[in-house]
Amino acid sequence: MRVTKASLAALAFLFGGAVATPALAAGDAVHIDRQSWSFSGFTGQFDRAQLQRGFQVYKDVCAACHGLNRVRFRNLFEAGGPEFDEESVKALAASWPNQITDGPDDQGKMFERPALQSDPIRGPFKNNNEARAANNGALPPDLSLIAKARTTHYTGTWWAHPFSMLRDIATGYQEGGADYLYALLTGYQDPPEGFHLAEGMLYNAAFPGHQFAMPAMLSEDSFITYQDGTGSLDQNARDVAAFLAWSADPSLNERKRIGWLVILYLIVTTGLLYAGKRRIWAKAH
Amino acid sequence: MDHTSSYEPQTKFGKWWDDRLPIARLAHGQFVAFPTPRNLNYWWTFGGILTFFLASQIVTGIVLAMHYQPSAAEAFNSVEAIRRDVNFGWLIRNLHAVGASMFFIAVYIHIFRGLYYGSYKAPREVLWILGVLIFLVMMATAFMGYALPWGQMSFWGVTVITNLFSSINEIIPGLGTAIVEWLWGGFAVSGTTLNRFFALHYLLPFVIAGLVILHIWALHVAGQNNPTGLDIKTKEDAVPMYPYAVAKDAVGLFAFLILFAWFVFFLPDYLGHADNYIEADPLVTPPHIVPEWYFLPFYAILRAIPSKLGGVIAMFAAIAILVVVPWLDTSRVRSAKYRPVYKWFFWLLVISCLALGYLGAMPAEGAYVTWSRIFTFYYFAHFLLVMPIVGLIERPRPLPRSISESVLKSGAGAPEGAAAAPETR
Repeated sequence: MRVTKASLAALAFLFGGAVATPALAAGDAVHIDRQSWSFSGFTGQFDRAQLQRGFQVYKDVCAACHGLNRVRFRNLFEAGGPEFDEESVKALAASWPNQITDGPDDQGKMFERPALQSDPIRGPFKNNNEARAANNGALPPDLSLIAKARTTHYTGTWWAHPFSMLRDIATGYQEGGADYLYALLTGYQDPPEGFHLAEGMLYNAAFPGHQFAMPAMLSEDSFITYQDGTGSLDQNARDVAAFLAWSADPSLNERKRIGWLVILYLIVTTGLLYAGKRRIWAKAH
Repeated sequence: MDHTSSYEPQTKFGKWWDDRLPIARLAHGQFVAFPTPRNLNYWWTFGGILTFFLASQIVTGIVLAMHYQPSAAEAFNSVEAIRRDVNFGWLIRNLHAVGASMFFIAVYIHIFRGLYYGSYKAPREVLWILGVLIFLVMMATAFMGYALPWGQMSFWGVTVITNLFSSINEIIPGLGTAIVEWLWGGFAVSGTTLNRFFALHYLLPFVIAGLVILHIWALHVAGQNNPTGLDIKTKEDAVPMYPYAVAKDAVGLFAFLILFAWFVFFLPDYLGHADNYIEADPLVTPPHIVPEWYFLPFYAILRAIPSKLGGVIAMFAAIAILVVVPWLDTSRVRSAKYRPVYKWFFWLLVISCLALGYLGAMPAEGAYVTWSRIFTFYYFAHFLLVMPIVGLIERPRPLPRSISESVLKSGAGAPEGAAAAPETR
């Protein structure tokens, strides 16, 4: 009843096969550098101050075109997020420029009202058609899930791929979305010689195909300065990517904290069960 | 397995009950006193692990269904509401989504274990075929379940796979289209399709549960196979299921749960696809449509064949061929442990399946297609050529005389250990 070396190898193989799976984009994959995030790995937690700065970037820059419809104002003061003070969030909701369409009222008319803390963070457009009409045909997507809906793709050699997967599993790598968003926001460049850029498009090194419709709202010369007087393109991009990672995964802090306890419990229990099993089987011989 | 019932009701009520509905006697006979081979290794714990995951998927699935809305307009929103607004909804949803992947990891290990130790051979053919049926229904259930979040990959996965049936048009013109429209409930994948998939996704796990009962029944008639492939001949060859096999199963289960928890808490999206966090849009096709990882080997086989109908036939044949494995294997010896030639071919099959899984995730172009064809060829050759031929020409290594002899010889049943144990029987 020994687990032989061969069977361990088989398990590694099967395991490798199990993970040799998440689908990968083909030759058009762009290499994206990995950044260091406070919420990466199995001990990671969001940095509250960073989320607050990131929200400021979203509010002052992104919100001009993008909604955050799956995030509610109340989430901004709940545990595990930016944890703003409740009163200031209420005031923020009440003054949010994109009001909530409600109704019908007693006269049967729909009306606009200021947002409450239970309302979603609306973008400026009532629907996709209005958004497209205002943006030269391009649709600025809702950003609530953008950090989960985007990821990076493996670009190395095929034989190193399984090892890369095993490393990602062992280290709990899930920050592809944030890495991509950071690369995208800092990825505006002059197109290389001979690159044909369609009209109204900008060259972005991180975007698949490099033809990107979003104007560079942040740049080395124009960025958001935080309350403490600091700020830069790099800092803004990093902070808003972290904020969007939270928007897509608001339970991350709790998830990872509970996760440790669960894993610990399972390891201890497995050990106890194994000791029990050995005692029981000692009688069988 | 024939063995006399040792069940003795302890209480008056127990005796009264036993005369009327001897369910405790049944449970005692089948799950307590049931003789299990004493040499089972940890690969044999996956049956119990699979039972756990079936139950776990049903429980988490029922809770999710309480919050989920199976309509094209609300499905995606309701899954997000579960992640964000339902108490511990993120946990239940991760348990269910990751649980499906773990279920498949376990079932693949279980199937390969059966193939290695010859667990499909007489008298276990029906047991094996029931297992193949469970696998098939599992795949249908998982496929429909993946449609429910109604993300881009859900929608386009359903579109691609259901469209496969239109290849029947090549045999009977019109029939394929009719079947596809019947599956869709319309002329395109729509909310109607989602609705019926939800109904079936809720139904099929209970079909699996029924098949599992038959699978266990068949197992308990034939008795468990074991690493030597020998039958239980004497009392010394077996130990009662409780506490021996149960204690071992518990270790295997909890060790496997560590892997499960790792993915649930630290890598919940690793086994899925980023595109499924974009709501389904019939007007936007993702650049690469891929199924969930556990279907990738079959997807690679589908794409390896140059004709659409041929690919569909090959894909279904890849599963169907397992049904006839008991009759394709001509060897007199069950366990590959004693089959020096076949053993190598077994590992080649494992490598082929892993390679097909990798290739299924790659785009269908260039060298990927060539390698898909090579491994697809080996997959079928393994069953149709290797199993019958190697079984006939191979000279198996000498078998131990009995299970207990093999245990003593391998040193695992260390007699010193028995002497040291205070409660030797």
